[in-house]
Amino acid sequence: MSWFLNFMNSSIGKKMQMAITGILLCLFLIVHVIGNLVLFAGPNAFNTYVEALSSVKPLVRSLEVVLALMFIWHIFNGVRLTIENRKATPEKYLMNKAAENSKLTSRTMGLTGSLIFIFLVTHLGTIWRLFQLEHGGGKFYDIVISGRFGFNNIYYTLIYIFAMALLGLHLRHGFQSAFQTFGWNHSKYKPLISGVAVFFWLIIPLAFMSIPIYFGLLGGGN
Amino acid sequence: MNVTLKVWRQSNSQSKGFFSIYNVSDVSEEMSFFEMLDMLNESLVEKGEEPIAFDHDCREGICGTCGVFINGRAHGPISGITTCQLHMRRFNNGDTIIIEPWRAKAFPVIKDLVVDRTSLDRVMMSGGYVSVNTGGTPDANAIPISKVNADEAMDAASCIGCGACVATCKNSSAMLFVSAKVSQYALLPQGMIEKKIRAQNMVDSMDEEGFGNCSNTYACEAECPKEISVSHIARMNREFFKASIS
Ligand code: HEM
Ligand code: SF4
Ligand code: FES
Repeated sequence: MSWFLNFMNSSIGKKMQMAITGILLCLFLIVHVIGNLVLFAGPNAFNTYVEALSSVKPLVRSLEVVLALMFIWHIFNGVRLTIENRKATPEKYLMNKAAENSKLTSRTMGLTGSLIFIFLVTHLGTIWRLFQLEHGGGKFYDIVISGRFGFNNIYYTLIYIFAMALLGLHLRHGFQSAFQTFGWNHSKYKPLISGVAVFFWLIIPLAFMSIPIYFGLLGGGN
Repeated sequence: MNVTLKVWRQSNSQSKGFFSIYNVSDVSEEMSFFEMLDMLNESLVEKGEEPIAFDHDCREGICGTCGVFINGRAHGPISGITTCQLHMRRFNNGDTIIIEPWRAKAFPVIKDLVVDRTSLDRVMMSGGYVSVNTGGTPDANAIPISKVNADEAMDAASCIGCGACVATCKNSSAMLFVSAKVSQYALLPQGMIEKKIRAQNMVDSMDEEGFGNCSNTYACEAECPKEISVSHIARMNREFFKASIS
């Protein structure tokens, strides 16, 4: 077991844990966004979809436990890395033109991640919690669209859009970075990885955003 | 041309440092950056002041001894060169030039612009060599090596250990340096034999020395005077993973 702990606590091991949990969270995003897009199909379709999910509660619950573990692991490790890395650079330069050698998104993973975390907490405390309290009754669509913490609340709408933009920035760097971490940096596969990356850092956040934009800002669905 | 220098001065590793301002006049465009500093130092000595300490040796871009942070960039504003290869024609009359030592916990300042980079030496001592018996010098081409591997190993071997990668990294990670060494040996028949234990030991040693964790900003690749590719870091990640699980 010592080899395992040694690996997990090594700099490269910590990187790999970050990458694995990050990619699994990306897979979760696909499932989540598809579900959200059902809102465009109208109240009946969305309520039926959520109720169908409720009917397989044990499965949903166990996946939620895995997901929560991924988040906790990713966040715990991310905070640990960010703190350790600060300690490794106790003195800053008077002048540092970091913009000339690296991308802003790569230097702000701790910041974008932390802001996403704040959003995650508000999201769980509002829509997610209200969904848990609801048992059937076809109210799910209304919770999202016209509820107190739904998209007719302009503040919630703007926070949601902002958070998805941050998610896009986090994944702009994060997605391709994970493959470098796994050691899959090869000129043959690079175009493929950056192609798939566009789906995760651009298309998925835009798809998430389209809902608050349509129902919140443009007043759709009424 | 005339330039104003803002230079980090620190008399020893214990003392507190500060920036000193020097006006240097009659600098010729043909001077190298270090010749400009030499000229300043001569005038400081004449005035009975302590000259600015900076590391240098070959002054032809091959030894890796030199290296300072100039105007916010490791080895100065030009990519792909060491500090000793920087010339004053890259600056303009009236410029203020900020000169700072490499900043990293693993590179403590010894004096002024000179830092202690023996942490890199200790990482080398943990595995940056071949210890299997390889016999005498073989005939050229007696050991077949693919051109691709030979080229990549040669690219990795061009690392001069200057530490710019660490200095520019926001995490003070030494991954580019260590991966260049791991790659260089892992690609060649003599080094391949010990590649697992080497990756393991060098990464362990790197972590012990207090370098930070890589977060793939790729600033190292952009500032490396030998333009060593981060694909070597990817190779080291693979090698370390394989070494850990088998
Ligand atoms: C749905 C949400 C999230 C997804 C899909 C996600 C995805 C990713 C991915 C793919 C990476 C790249 C891993 C690598 O560099 O190898 C990453 C890195 C990172 N994530 Fe997240 N992440 C999410 C939320 C968060 C949160 C809430 C935090 C909170 C602190 C966070 C903090 C970080 C940090 C600090 C890194 C950089 C690690 C490093 O510097 O090596 N992430 N994330
Ligand atoms: S990898 Fe490049 S920047 Fe780093 S020590 Fe070697 S030559 Fe210097
Ligand atoms: S003095 Fe040798 S590389 Fe600059």
